[in-house]
Amino acid sequence: MNEKKTLDDQHYEKIIAEESICTQDHVVYEPPKSAMYETPMHYCPGCGHGVVHRLLAEVIEEMGIIQDVIGVAPVGCSVLAYNYLNIDMSEAAHGRASAVATGIKRVLPEKLVFSYQGDGDLAAIGTAETLHTCNRGENILIIFINNGIYGMTGGQMAPTTLANMKSTTSPFGRDVATMGSPLKMTDLVAQLPGTYYVTRHSVHKAGNVRKLKKAIVKSFEYQKEKKGTCFIEVVSNCPSNWKMTPVESNKWLEENMLPFYPLGDIKTPNQKEN
Amino acid sequence: MAKVYGDIVIDIEKCKGCELCVAACPQDSLEQSREVNSKGYLYIVKVQDNCTGCINCALVCPDGAITVYREVAGGKKKEVAKVKNVNKDMTITVDE
Ligand code: SF4
Ligand code: SF4
Ligand code: SF4
Repeated sequence: MNEKKTLDDQHYEKIIAEESICTQDHVVYEPPKSAMYETPMHYCPGCGHGVVHRLLAEVIEEMGIIQDVIGVAPVGCSVLAYNYLNIDMSEAAHGRASAVATGIKRVLPEKLVFSYQGDGDLAAIGTAETLHTCNRGENILIIFINNGIYGMTGGQMAPTTLANMKSTTSPFGRDVATMGSPLKMTDLVAQLPGTYYVTRHSVHKAGNVRKLKKAIVKSFEYQKEKKGTCFIEVVSNCPSNWKMTPVESNKWLEENMLPFYPLGDIKTPNQKEN
Repeated sequence: MAKVYGDIVIDIEKCKGCELCVAACPQDSLEQSREVNSKGYLYIVKVQDNCTGCINCALVCPDGAITVYREVAGGKKKEVAKVKNVNKDMTITVDE
């Protein structure tokens, strides 16, 4: 009885397998395999960090630069980025990722160097390092994940927190009169002569994910041509500390973050040459 | 018109049940299951057979849990363009 059932199962499994289109010839999208470890990421469900990690790994695989790229991980939620990206990576003290990346790039100028930083890291404690790196025009890529909050430490107010946005240290909303306006780092660095390509993206929709991937490819190309600092801001979500579901947080991002942080290129090479 | 068949494979151990793929799917093919994986997340299952292989779900998935397959059935195919895609070359075909 049991055996017959197993045979039946095998039979159906075979039919399903024959009819299935899930074969290697039909793959149109596969998550990156070589530039990323199999380890599940520790990020909260729905967090934009995962998408950006995956895109970086995809670009590195497709460009075939897995041996040539060195990343610098920040302090913040993405502090363990080196556990997921199977490339050479270094860890920097809080906010100092772009300074560490500068050092790596100067010692190994033929390598492609990027720093991956959150908003608490890049826009608060690391403002000086970031501005001076961009001002010197170091030939690196800075990826800036902006979710308007300190995620890792429990949702405190960050320099990028929107006006009237609630956080654990601004429970009545960010009061612009006493706490200042949200800091637009990306617009700031676009003013500096050293930056070559400055752009703002998001990962809340499939189309935006595709655009971000193109921007990462472009930045690595520019770095190969030694053009100057490339700066990519990714407006991202933090479902845990915004206290929303991932789907709600993306909607909130679209309605509240994007009007203040509009997407698109802020400084493109053509503009600069004109 | 040739018919496009898509299919996806979800790595249920990687999935964290964030439902971003459900929101991104234009075909409403996906739904949260009633069962949990070993980490306790309600993973995602495909509930309809109308996937077109548009890869939207895989693009928005933060945990890289989705692999997408696509087959274009019927019709002769004519080559219209070759695309250089970073390091991978791709050929685009249409039906004659
Ligand atoms: S705390 Fe926020 S930023 Fe950090 S992993 Fe969770 S959702 Fe992402
Ligand atoms: S590939 Fe497109 S149609 Fe198929 S499940 Fe994913 S989002 Fe839906
Ligand atoms: S987007 Fe990915 S992690 Fe989120 S529910 Fe879908 S398959 Fe799971």
